[in-house]
Amino acid sequence: MSSLLNKSRPPVFCPGCSHERVTKALDKAFQDMGLSGNQIVMVSDIGCSGLFDTFFHTHAFHGLHGRALTYAAGIKMARPELNVVVTMGDGGQGIGGAHFLAACRRNLNLTLLILNNFNFGMTGGQFSATTPPEAQVGSGFLNQLEKPLDICNTARSAGSPFVTRCSSYEKDLDSKIRNAIEYNGFSIMDMWGVCPGRYTRRNKLTPKVIEQELGNFPQMEGEVKENKRMEYSEHYREIAEGLEPLTEPVKMEKQFEPPEIGRKGVMILGNAGQRIITAGEILCMAGLSAGLNATQKNEYNITVLRGPSISDLVLSSEEIGYTGITRPDVVFALSSEGIERRQGMFKNLDETSLVFKVPDVEIPSCTADVRMMDLKGQRIKSLDWALASLAVLAKNERIINIAMLKAAVEKRFKGKIQESALDLIDRVKI
Amino acid sequence: MALSFLEGNEAVAWGAVASGCRFFAGYPITPATTVYNTMLKLLPPEGGICMQCEDEIASIGCCLGASMAGMKVMTATSGPGISLYSENISLAIGSEIPIVIIDVQRLAPSTGSATRGADGDVQFLRWGSSGGLPVIVLAPADVRDCFTLTMDAFNLAEEFRCPVFVASNKEIAMTRESLDLDHIEKPEVIDRAVYSSGDGFLPFKVYKDQVVPDFLPIGDKSLVRQTSSTHGPDGYITTSPDVISASQTRLMNKLNSTVNRYSFHETSIEDSDTMILTYGVTARAAREAGETMKKEGKPVSLMVLKTLWPVPEELIKEKTKNTERVLVVEMNMGQYVNEIKRILPDKRIGFLGQMDGRLITPQRIMEEIKNV
Ligand code: SF4
Repeated sequence: MSSLLNKSRPPVFCPGCSHERVTKALDKAFQDMGLSGNQIVMVSDIGCSGLFDTFFHTHAFHGLHGRALTYAAGIKMARPELNVVVTMGDGGQGIGGAHFLAACRRNLNLTLLILNNFNFGMTGGQFSATTPPEAQVGSGFLNQLEKPLDICNTARSAGSPFVTRCSSYEKDLDSKIRNAIEYNGFSIMDMWGVCPGRYTRRNKLTPKVIEQELGNFPQMEGEVKENKRMEYSEHYREIAEGLEPLTEPVKMEKQFEPPEIGRKGVMILGNAGQRIITAGEILCMAGLSAGLNATQKNEYNITVLRGPSISDLVLSSEEIGYTGITRPDVVFALSSEGIERRQGMFKNLDETSLVFKVPDVEIPSCTADVRMMDLKGQRIKSLDWALASLAVLAKNERIINIAMLKAAVEKRFKGKIQESALDLIDRVKI
Repeated sequence: MALSFLEGNEAVAWGAVASGCRFFAGYPITPATTVYNTMLKLLPPEGGICMQCEDEIASIGCCLGASMAGMKVMTATSGPGISLYSENISLAIGSEIPIVIIDVQRLAPSTGSATRGADGDVQFLRWGSSGGLPVIVLAPADVRDCFTLTMDAFNLAEEFRCPVFVASNKEIAMTRESLDLDHIEKPEVIDRAVYSSGDGFLPFKVYKDQVVPDFLPIGDKSLVRQTSSTHGPDGYITTSPDVISASQTRLMNKLNSTVNRYSFHETSIEDSDTMILTYGVTARAAREAGETMKKEGKPVSLMVLKTLWPVPEELIKEKTKNTERVLVVEMNMGQYVNEIKRILPDKRIGFLGQMDGRLITPQRIMEEIKNV
């Protein structure tokens, strides 16, 4: 195969920049693999390593600093047949740290080449995540205060199944790159190099020094046995193939005539664990079974297992505009926490409003028609009170009736849960 | 007639799938999470891709990569996530990458109140990206809009190769509502224009009579370049002021000069000198206020905007021709009202806003109209 280098856009690095060597080795690797340009995507970000996409006749996505791995992931998931090669500097590695960790954990078949030259070349030689504390860089004394990141160790502990640490000057760099690209999984190469434009002006770093320094680190080259596993996109597709498609959203045919017409507001004031939201949904579905429109607004705390739980429900034979309820037609007062949250509402009630309350809660004084609902006395557990309340409503022929309620329960629940819900509805006495 | 009972977020997801969206990437955030939950149920069995990413930046990044690989993509978040999207939103604008972004607004500033609604991101969506170039923002008022406007959003993103926002609100997104799915009027699905003139593809070349370059996906036979740098037709960085000026002007005009075609709205003109102008969930209270006042023999006109950006200026001017007073009602401390003041300098513009987690009631709107 012939070179994929872009003849009209030759590399423009500073003389002596190790990026130049990587460019050539990468081209050699592509050639040895017999790849044509349209089988490859170069994804790059910002900095001198971000120029890579322009040097090659391949597909290219040049994006924001540190985010190259995110674009690459989208491309690879969409087109798994492509060879996706990401270039980043130690700068992009630092700013995109979360993406680096995620890529290691995810194991999507991407190749990440980190052109590690221990500083931000393009912006003036500031310290990066890999700058040694003793280096003289463009960040004054600040790099003395931070410990450099060991990219390979991080990758390994984050789950990357292929990690190579090497010098950009190694003779067989091209075959190392090829191994990384050919690996079916996330592969990273931490390639150490020099930046004569910035870093080596004040720091002694030569190919020889790099070689010596590398000797102080445990060798890492190629597959990391303990991280070997199935590639992400293959795994995704394998599982996805076995999933049942979701059919249309549930539909409720009009089967009944509602006991009342016009717009009706119902408020269920309870607390977490009383299945308030589910009851609200069932009331609305009961309405649907008689061709009523319905809306359900819920209020609960972020800590879902504690605190008030409230459902505001509107059922109407007309289209529903405003979904708030200022003066509800029916209120179910099932817990003091819920009542407290809506304290102010009670003063809006009048003689036409119905309040059903359980014995052990207090409600603010109001002019509504307040009725006791002794569910505990009927040996109904608190977690069933909301559903039982709907049975009370239906048995009073207010807004819904029993046939509507049962139709909703039959649509919403299956099997045992359906049976016990229907049984509960029958048991409730008014 | 058969009714379904869906929340706005579910309707968004179904609308997306009906538009041919097969790629979603997101990060959980209240009140947008159920968009992701629904996409996760819908896409994988369809051969589509649904990813939960490490953060919001990665979510939109994955979407942009997949969009450039030819897929219809969507992500969903709330205000805090939009902040993190910002840099990539400007990439999608400048590099003309189609994407639909659902912003389920919640009470801000900052992390604010996760479970309370507001329309506080309305100017932020327009201006919250570097460069200041226009975007499209659509605003649903109910669950049906969530379905159809999401489809419109995809069509616009595909046609104009740009980010399109659906500015939802917790009060629509997480409110369940009855909907007759069989009788929704769905827009016809539009796909991005594909380059078909053989070799010599230039990724940002715009031919005569076009406002948007033809598309080829990364992975095509022809090589495709995408770049966040200021670029010429070939997709390489450029410093030529002429080339840059031409492309900036085009990015501006491709939306600003076409908004008349997608100025979605619902307007009822009554025999009155007053108009209520609103959008989003507040439209529902405004409609009720309007109906009540009509029954009382004091009708007012009502304009519900569903395209917020670019501002449908001609539409607003035309519909307010015979109006003296416009009351802008919005669930924030006063954002869109500034646009109305700008384009209607000769009219009396009133404002009613509220940002405390509660819906603006029909009563408040009526009081405001009667008070002045
Ligand atoms: S600044 Fe450093 S990294 Fe950039 S091209 Fe010059 S030598 Fe290479």
